[in-house]
Order: sequence, then structure tokens, then C-alpha cells
Amino acid sequence: MTTTQSTSVPTAAPSAAAVGHRIQNAVIKYGFIFVTVTLFAYFAISEPSFRDSATLLDTLRYVSVAAILGLGVTLTMAVGGMDMSVGAVAGLGVTVAAKTMVTYNQVGTVAILAVVAAGALAGLLNALLIVVLKIPDMLATLGTMFVIQGTKLILVDGQSITPGMTQSDGTTAPGRFTEGFLRIDRGTFLGIPGSVLIFGALTVVAWVFLARTRWGRVLYAIGANPEASRLAGIRVGAYRALAYVLSGVLASIGGLILASRIGQGDVSAGTSQLLEAVAVALVGTSVLGRGRPNVWGTALGAVLIGIITTGLTIEGLPYYTQDVVEGAVLILALVFSFTLSKRRTA
Amino acid sequence: MSPTDAPVESAAVALRDVSMAFGGKTVLASVSLDIAPGSVVALLGANGAGKSTLIKILSGVHTEHGGQVSVNGVPAALHSPLAARQLGIQTVHQRIGEGIVPGLSVAENLVFEELAQARGNPFRGGRRLLARAREIQSALDLGWSDAVLRRDVTELGISDRQLLILARALATRPRLLVLDEPTSALSAAEAERLFALVERMRSEGIAVLYVSHRLGEIDALADRLVVLRDGRLTEDQVKPFDWDSALRAMLAQAQETTTARPRRTGEQGEVVLSLRGVPLLAGHPPQDLDLRTGEVTGVVGLLGAGKTELARGLFGAEPFTGGAVELDGKPYEPRRPADAIRGGIHLVPEDRHTDALVPGWSVAQNISLPFLRSLSTVGLVSRSKEDALGRATIEQLGVVARDEHSPVEELSGGNQQKVVVGRWLAENPRVLILDEPFRGVDIGARRDIGRRARALAAEGAAVLVLSADVDEVLEIADRVVVLAAGEIRLDAYGEDAERDRVIQTISASV
Repeated sequence: MTTTQSTSVPTAAPSAAAVGHRIQNAVIKYGFIFVTVTLFAYFAISEPSFRDSATLLDTLRYVSVAAILGLGVTLTMAVGGMDMSVGAVAGLGVTVAAKTMVTYNQVGTVAILAVVAAGALAGLLNALLIVVLKIPDMLATLGTMFVIQGTKLILVDGQSITPGMTQSDGTTAPGRFTEGFLRIDRGTFLGIPGSVLIFGALTVVAWVFLARTRWGRVLYAIGANPEASRLAGIRVGAYRALAYVLSGVLASIGGLILASRIGQGDVSAGTSQLLEAVAVALVGTSVLGRGRPNVWGTALGAVLIGIITTGLTIEGLPYYTQDVVEGAVLILALVFSFTLSKRRTA
Repeated sequence: MSPTDAPVESAAVALRDVSMAFGGKTVLASVSLDIAPGSVVALLGANGAGKSTLIKILSGVHTEHGGQVSVNGVPAALHSPLAARQLGIQTVHQRIGEGIVPGLSVAENLVFEELAQARGNPFRGGRRLLARAREIQSALDLGWSDAVLRRDVTELGISDRQLLILARALATRPRLLVLDEPTSALSAAEAERLFALVERMRSEGIAVLYVSHRLGEIDALADRLVVLRDGRLTEDQVKPFDWDSALRAMLAQAQETTTARPRRTGEQGEVVLSLRGVPLLAGHPPQDLDLRTGEVTGVVGLLGAGKTELARGLFGAEPFTGGAVELDGKPYEPRRPADAIRGGIHLVPEDRHTDALVPGWSVAQNISLPFLRSLSTVGLVSRSKEDALGRATIEQLGVVARDEHSPVEELSGGNQQKVVVGRWLAENPRVLILDEPFRGVDIGARRDIGRRARALAAEGAAVLVLSADVDEVLEIADRVVVLAAGEIRLDAYGEDAERDRVIQTISASV
């Protein structure tokens, strides 16, 4: 094949600028992992109890809900969107689980199915607003967040559902959280808590889906250039809807773990998970300098936030400082993924 | 056309050897032009000829240019949009929305520049503002009552907004007014109001640079026309205009060395796609067209002739509003691109950046996007199959890239275009539509793409090439269709589609 007049890729000359460039690239790429490892080492050396494997597993267990919610957020970020309703959907899951088992006296399996169905339904509602009614993603999911939180309260007359409670009609609630259901979070397999196993499994599944299947590839294509995707024959609306439904399902799984952990239908559950989930997904975009939402990044971001909060708690920092620390981590991550990587391309 | 060396004393604005290059590519080469006060100079040129670069230099957006711009004989430093305005060069851009501030009243928008420069009392009362707006409206005879001036600007129709922006520019009493495609969003009646305003400017001694592709308007309004092609001024006429010569300068290659390919005239392939009574542009008569296997059909026409509408309609990107299309004798009504692709109809869109390429992705990933299904087993994309497809395309079209993993942004424009073309060859198309495939593409890439398109036709596909460049089309097509205002004006093969006849057909429809 003959070709003429084409630009050749310039060969990099080793200059001071190039070296500086390379250092900066390394900082962007591995900076966050370096921070994580350094902090881990610091805590491990200064606090012997931090080295305990039980502490580590507790840390993972603690972050598993935010991490799973973060996976859903990652999927919606891949199509160029955002899901602000994940915390509310998880909370809805807690209520639906409690309602199914305590009020309707059903077994755990039914509760699980009901929770996941509720999550998928919430995702469909988001898809309807965003894809069909063309409301901007952030605003639409903010709206559904309030609607879902409100629906949840109506469902339980504003009260938390606890086993043996007196219901509004004067009768005693017939059911309770089943043993099997409680084992979701509290049970262990080979010493690893169920919630950590679910977190691990979902991470692998989500990674394969997003990074290795054609569906995942299409989600990223839509996020990067929706019009080009449409003109490549992709049903853009259907795939965006899929992302929100999957996000709803993942959030409901987070809700299952939360319900299993609390053991009652706490009406306030899930609300605090939203910001952590979004933070985790945003931290994830900066990991490995990819500058785009990715599953390993999100999982690693969750672990990092877990290490920092657990570490600081062991160091004796009061719990109420936690928000400031997490916020600072998020901002640092945003500096990595926006400010530094922008400068790189400029 | 020989440029004088010194700027003419009387010129409102004079350009001397103005040049500009982006990343080594010359977009303007030594352009010299004097615009006299009270004259309307029309600037013509195909897409990518350098018109917008020239406008941006005059409006102070592009500052790193070569050569000299003088205003009233004095060298001017157009180092910012504000500086350009202060020197008396006002530009009204194509996109009307850019100049309007929604939420403010018509009056506030009219005096917006004075407001924005924020000299004097920031709490300047509404009464004085209205008085100033009233002054502007009566001076320009806009016919707007106080009620209109008090309205929110978003309540104005598109032509009134256009008028408002013009009025605002004129209120500053500019020396030169640059109008960039001012009528592209207006109806004929609305355009009349604009023309009246342009006439008024002329009589008041304001110089006007009028950029448009609507030849009828230019004929009616302009005193002089210049043509820009590949960054050079190639034609300079005063009224009455010789349209044949102007179009030749604008649309055809400089030299007449285009080697016409042997055209198939005798045997004809089967009809793959047939259009019956399809309206290409709203309000224009419906058209019939057949596309046959084994031939390259070239559609030539100016911007707005309906070429892109034809391409997007056939591909289901913007379905036709009427008529009937048949594919292999069966009804074909693509409602979305996916339907067209299933029928074997592929489109290389006009703008590869906004409509085809996925930024940040590799060459191989950009190629595989439409046909991921055939590279996957149970949904998992086979990297080895994908890479093999990427390498095959690189080989077949002569894409210059380090390898199939190179980010697509690293490629030159021509090679990016090859990637987009290659994407649609991965699965054999029945009909391949190429909309302006050679825009921003170097000669080598153009030759490679053209060769591949001809080979595809020889293998039995129907190829449709749409372009505003007559020679590009003659170089590649067996059959030439001339489109003007949504109507087919010529449909000819081989000898019958010679250059002069094509150009005359286009100019006859001015």
C-alpha cells in the first residue's frame, strides 16, 4: 500500500521536559495507589491492631455497601450520566425487606426477590425520566431520590419496622428477619463475611461486563460520543436505560446487605450511602489515570476510603471528623483526575 | 487579481498577505483584499476553504496570523474581539443564539455592549436604557414599539433576533460589518428585511463583508465577489457576476488535469435502492432516484442543496418525510440507523469528529464499533479478532498509524477518515454512502479512499458519494447527479457528465 503526505509519530527525545512529563504521568497513573499503600503501611506500623486480619475484613465489610452502590454509579457514569438515587434505592431495599419478612411473614428468598424487583423498578423510573422525558440525569435522579425516600415512609407509615412491633391496626407483626437473610452480612464463608464475598463477586462480574463484553463497550461509546454511537447503529436510549436499571438493581443489593446488617426496617438507612457511593466512583475514575469510570477503580476507591476511615478511627480521631476526611479524599481524587490529567493533554 | 502593494487609501479595511496555519497545515495563504466603504463584498468558498478563519482573524479571535490588517489605512492590532470591535469591525456570527442573552429584555439586549463595558453608573435606570434602545430602533427603522422593547428577548422570533443582533452591531457605527451566513435560518420574507438593512448600511458608507452560499442573495446584494479556495483568493469579480467562472473557482480544482476515470456506460447493474416521490428539502418537490449495483454515483450540489438530507434519510438517521423507498424491490423504511445497517446500507457521515469517531479509543476499537456482535462470543469481545480486523483495515486502506492500538486522535485527518471508511467495510455493504468523504483529507488519503470505493462498486455494491466539489465527484463517479434546492437537475453517465456541463447546471440553478 502506498500512502503519501501523512504525519509520522514523532519519536520522543529524552529531554528534561520529557522526563518531567514522565514523572507527571506516573503521578497521575499511580499517585492514588501510592497514597493508599503509604497510608496502609503507616497505620499498620503505628497501630498493631490494624494489622489484624479481622480489622481488615471489618473494613471491607464496612465499605461493601458503598462500593456496590458505587458500581452502579460507575455504570451510569460510563454512559455519561449519574445516578443520585442509589442511596434512596438501598434504603427502599431495607424497608421492602423488612416489610416482606416482618409484616407479610415471608421467607428470605421472597424478600430478596422483592427488594431486587423494587430496585429494578426504581431504575426503570430513572430511565423513563432520563431517556424518554429527556430530563438531565443529575436532576432526574435527584427527583427520584426524594420520591423513593417518600414512598418508603408512606409504605411503613413513617415508622421503622422491627420484629414483634405493634402495627397501626393494633396487631403484632407476625414475622421476623429469617436466619438465612441475616447471614447475608453476618455469615461467613472460609472466614470471609458474606457481604465482602458479594462485593468481590459483583466487582468481578461488573468488570467483565463493562470491560470485556460488547454491551459494556457500547456503554462507554455512548458516554464518549452519543451521536457517533447512534450513527454506528446503537440503540442509545435502550442502553442508557439498561445502565440505570442495572444501577437500581445493584443499589438494591446494597440495600439487602444493609437490611441484613441492621436486622430491622430502619427508615433512615441508606441515606448516608449516597455521597460515599458517588465519592467512591469518582475516586475510581482517577485510579490508574484512566480518567474514565472503571470498575477496578471504584472497588479500589472504596477500599481506600475504608482504610482511611478505619485507620483514623483506630488512631483515635473522633467519628465526627470522618466526613471532613472523606471529603478531602474525594477532592484530592478530583484533582488527580481533572486538574492534573487536563494539564497532561494540554 | 494582482494585489496592489500598498493598501488603497480609501479602503475601510485592507488585508495584506494575511496567512494562517494550524499545526503545519496552511488554511490561509497570503490573502490580500481591500474593502471599500459603502460596498458589499461577497465572500464565497466551499467548506474548509478558509472562510471562517478569515472571519475569526477580522473579529479578533485568531491573533497569531501572518500579514497585516489595516483599518482606514492605519495598521490595526486585532488582538482580541473587543479590540476588533473598538476598531470598528463588527461581526455577526452564523449562530444567532450566541449573541442573545436570554432573560434580558429586547432593550437590554440592544444596548448590551454598552452595558457590558460597564462604564458609568452600574445602576443606570431602566428609563435611560429604554431611551437609548428607542434611539437605536428609530435610527435603524426597526419598527419596534416600546412594548416590543420591554419584552423578554426569548419572545422574539428568529428573524427579529437576527435583526436585533444586526441592530446592536450597527448601533456602534462600525466601519466594517462581517455577516456570516446571515440568512441561513431565515425564510425568504424574513431575509428581505435583512436585505433592506444591508442596503441601508451601504448607503451610510459602512463596508460589508457578506459570507453566504446563497448565490441568489449575493447576486441581488453584492457589488463585488471574491472566492476563497484552499486558503487563497482565486476569483475577484465586480457586478455583473460571471457565475460559471465563480463556481468553477469555488468548486473545481485549479488545474484542469482531472483524469476522468473510464466510466461504465453500456451495461447497467440492478437497482438496489429506488426512491419514489421523496422530498429532500421541506417545501421542495419530491424526487425519484435509483441506485444501481456496480457503480459509483456522485451527487454534487452546494451547501443546502439536500445532499446531507438524502444521505441521512437513506441511513435512517433523519427519516424522509414522505415518498417511498424500496430496497431490492421490497419496501424500506429505516426509522433508525440500526435498521439501515441491517439492510446493508452504511453511511460515512459528513463530520467524522462529531458523528463517527469515539475520542480516546484506539484505531481497532473505532473500527469494530458497529459490528461488535460478530467479534463476540456470548457477548465477550474477542481481542484477537478485533485486533486482526484493525490490522486488516490498516493494511487495506493504507492507514498510517503506529499500530491498531494507537489512539485515533494521534492520526492525521486523512487517516482518521480512512478509519471511519474502514469501519463500514468490515461487513460488506450493499450500499455505501460517503457524505463529503474528502473534507480535510490529504490527496494521498483521498486517492486511497477513492480506490477502495471503486473496488467496492466493482465487487457489486452501490456506492453513493456526496460532495460540493465537482472534481472530487468526477474523479470517482461513474454517474453524476446534480442537486440544487432539493431537486435533481442533472443525472448523467460518462461523457454526458463532463465538467462544464455539471458546473453550468449548478450555476443555472442560481
